[in-house]
Amino acid sequence: MDDLTWLFLACAAVTYLTRCGRHVILSRFGTIHHRVSAALDAVPTAVMAALVAPSLVTHGPAEVLAILVSGLIALRAPLMFSVAVSMVVLVGLRTLI
Amino acid sequence: MKTAGLILSDGELRRDVLDGIRDVLPITLGVLPFAGVFGALAIERGLSLGELTLASMTIYAGASQYAMLDLMGQGVPPWSIVLAVFAINFRHLLYSASLGRRLAAFSIWQKVIAFFLLVDPLFASAETRAFKQGLRPAYYFSYGTFLYAIWMASNFIGALFGSLIADPAAFGLDFILPLYFTGLVIGFHRRPNFLPVLVISIAASLAVWFTIGSPWHISLGGLAGLLAAALLSKPGEEVGHG
Repeated sequence: MDDLTWLFLACAAVTYLTRCGRHVILSRFGTIHHRVSAALDAVPTAVMAALVAPSLVTHGPAEVLAILVSGLIALRAPLMFSVAVSMVVLVGLRTLI
Repeated sequence: MKTAGLILSDGELRRDVLDGIRDVLPITLGVLPFAGVFGALAIERGLSLGELTLASMTIYAGASQYAMLDLMGQGVPPWSIVLAVFAINFRHLLYSASLGRRLAAFSIWQKVIAFFLLVDPLFASAETRAFKQGLRPAYYFSYGTFLYAIWMASNFIGALFGSLIADPAAFGLDFILPLYFTGLVIGFHRRPNFLPVLVISIAASLAVWFTIGSPWHISLGGLAGLLAAALLSKPGEEVGHG
């Protein structure tokens, strides 16, 4: 098997771990400390923010504005709507700037 | 929550299956473009149809697969890609903790497969179903396998027809991943201490990105956010693990 196959299977394995993991852990242990719990709850926010942050500085003003638009709309509207609108904004800004 | 009966009549079974499909249909409208764009993007980034099939069949977690694709293009080491996928799918831990209590009517092998199929909309619908009528395997697997089939089919459609879009930049498609992740992050804005966690993660990520460099900004930036969340947490805010 080549490297990509291993990469995908490793990604699949860790994904499955997250899907059954807490059920398996909790059926053995009781409660967890509130700080640990708070850190776990913050994982998606923290990691995805860290992932996307460089996009704010590696592109131009059109991209930064599109990111802001996407974030503002996502406060109220469904995710797919915010992505669609911010893409339209991005295309518009790119033709203007 | 009602207790799910273990023995079903044919009529109940049929109703469970049909209810599952009825509930999942509106969701497929969102999954179709999401999976289609992933298929198109994967082919554009140089994956073969076989590689795309393997990835989507075994991982089945769109957001993390987008991140995986993005990072593959940046040439970062494989372990950090696996770490990012793990981190993005971390939210499933909450689902499995909660859903685990609803699976009384499931056999051990049904549970094993149920957790594989556990994606965001299925979790939401299964929780709702558990409160209303009790959650039985027929409903769960009807909903879950239908969504999985749509996911795979949409991946293929995107892979086969995505190349018809000659210039992805003209439609903003080259920047869809950062826009998508931004929306996803903001979707968590009601969680405790969302803003400090967000600001600290972004600041730490950028600091690391400018000094140590990629891919450390993901793990170290994320870690800074987790530390902030842990330090800001108060005992009263503990959400029961159930």
